[in-house]
Amino acid sequence: MSTEAARTGGAVTHSPAPRKLTALVGRQPLGIVMAAPYAVFLAAVFAYPLGLAVWISFHRYFFAAPGAQVDRPFVGFSNYTRVLGDPAVRQSFLNVLEFLVINVPLTVVLSLVLATALNSVTHIRTFLRVAYYVPYVTASVALVAVWLFLFSNNGMVNNVLGPLAPNPSWLVNSGLAMPVIAIFVTWKQLGFFILLYLAALQNVPKELYESASVDGAGPVRSFMSVTVPGVRPATTLVVILATITGANLFTEPYLLTNGGGPNGASTSPVFLMYQKGIEQGAPDIAAAIGVILVIAVLVISLINRRVLERD
Amino acid sequence: MLDSTPAKRRKGHWLSFSALLLGALVFLFPFYYMLVGSFKAKSDPSLKGLVPTGLTVHNYAQIDSRVNLLRSLVNSGIFTGAVLLSTVVFGILGGYALARLHFRGRGTLFAIMLLVQIVPFQLLIIPIYVMIVRTYGLADSYLGMILPFAINSTAVFLFRQFFLQLPEELFSAARLDGAGELRILWSIALPLVRPALLTAVLLTFIGPWNEFLWPFLVTKQTDMQPLAVTLANYISNVAGRADNPFGAILAGAVVLAAPAIALFVAFQRHFISSDLGSGVKG
Repeated sequence: MSTEAARTGGAVTHSPAPRKLTALVGRQPLGIVMAAPYAVFLAAVFAYPLGLAVWISFHRYFFAAPGAQVDRPFVGFSNYTRVLGDPAVRQSFLNVLEFLVINVPLTVVLSLVLATALNSVTHIRTFLRVAYYVPYVTASVALVAVWLFLFSNNGMVNNVLGPLAPNPSWLVNSGLAMPVIAIFVTWKQLGFFILLYLAALQNVPKELYESASVDGAGPVRSFMSVTVPGVRPATTLVVILATITGANLFTEPYLLTNGGGPNGASTSPVFLMYQKGIEQGAPDIAAAIGVILVIAVLVISLINRRVLERD
Repeated sequence: MLDSTPAKRRKGHWLSFSALLLGALVFLFPFYYMLVGSFKAKSDPSLKGLVPTGLTVHNYAQIDSRVNLLRSLVNSGIFTGAVLLSTVVFGILGGYALARLHFRGRGTLFAIMLLVQIVPFQLLIIPIYVMIVRTYGLADSYLGMILPFAINSTAVFLFRQFFLQLPEELFSAARLDGAGELRILWSIALPLVRPALLTAVLLTFIGPWNEFLWPFLVTKQTDMQPLAVTLANYISNVAGRADNPFGAILAGAVVLAAPAIALFVAFQRHFISSDLGSGVKG
């Protein structure tokens, strides 16, 4: 390969590079150089850790001083059986399930309805959009601070509800802690999903609405029979991304409910990974929880695609 | 047909407009509460607490006396700035290569990039912690904080989509004129996608600025912690001893929230659905 060809990325093929080399590196090998930092990044921060997580989960792994030679024996599935036999872990997975059952339908319905409404509105459009996006761009830690005071025992919500206030209060009530977290996250993330649906709505052909209207369909009917099917690929994406958000849950239970109380009712698997892996020095157990979570997310994503993309 | 007369339609529009407005106010309420609460001398959980009276900056002084706000802000700035710089430089290069250059491994790289979006970062924290903190000893360092976020995959994806939208003739003409790829990227492609670049920059900004879990794991020294971690520690440890913990915490929340919101409001015109939509449609 001539240096000239390398400089122009081999795009100008007046002086043809040897065929074999082209087959090996492609027509524009400069692309390899340009994409290399990103490829190295993915290998170092994604592929290698993923492999390492699986490796750790099959060994008895503990922290040792850097450079120290320690024996980390292969233990097969024993970390997995310990994880699956631990009631706290099972509880945390059930908590995420509860989170998803509240968060996902709420997210899909609210973001689609709000996106449809925002799409047609003409007055103070900017203000309305900003209002719905702002929680998404704001740090969870900052927003958690507000909710902490709104939903604490003598917070504003209970103050307004008076005798109707739940007892025990929201965040220390094992039946209510997770729903409050699920609603917090729905509110926080909704702006992003509205944005996705707004983009999807631009691709629904206008003629479909016109013919629906000619057929006598009202706004509700045309929403159900034109908009909802029209944005189905976006719905698949929204459900998958919302599921991933649920699997990632950490900051909210950690700060809102002091790490997952009451009685573990809002503990999340990632919180357990932190507690067992880093606080208690059992990274092998934590890695096994992580691998199970990844598999669960992949399975849910596949099922969701199958169900939603079926015609 | 009967229910879509102009009068009825207009009524329907006003109905949905009012509902949207009401929803927007509900969405913004916690922000109002945060701001007013941060300037209140005393915590008042009744509805009267929402009226902005008896305002003071004492809460800001209070939290600043307990944690080093300025130092935390600087840490957040370094963390976010480095991630932005690295993502913009390497993301544009990678995005351009993925969109416009035919090289071996392009398909594989793109497939891995899509996969990365499905496997969430939080699930990799244990091996990444083992690598960065235990193996390389990068605890309490900016490098350790930055590394896992150094290139934002979503941003690379957006860059690729932007470059993909440009017409191919533009590139072949430039190549015929003898321009190198870097020159084409710098003088032709980049200027054309400049408005869209802001979307990617804004999206990249909110990641590290708002990130809590990773810097929380990697920094134990308080003078290395970004603001999100400082504030979280303040909420769970220190606040109980302040004379108005309510106001002090909300003051910290305002300082943490303000830069992202200000940037977003200033550039919200660029934060448009079509850019993001093209990014996620693949």
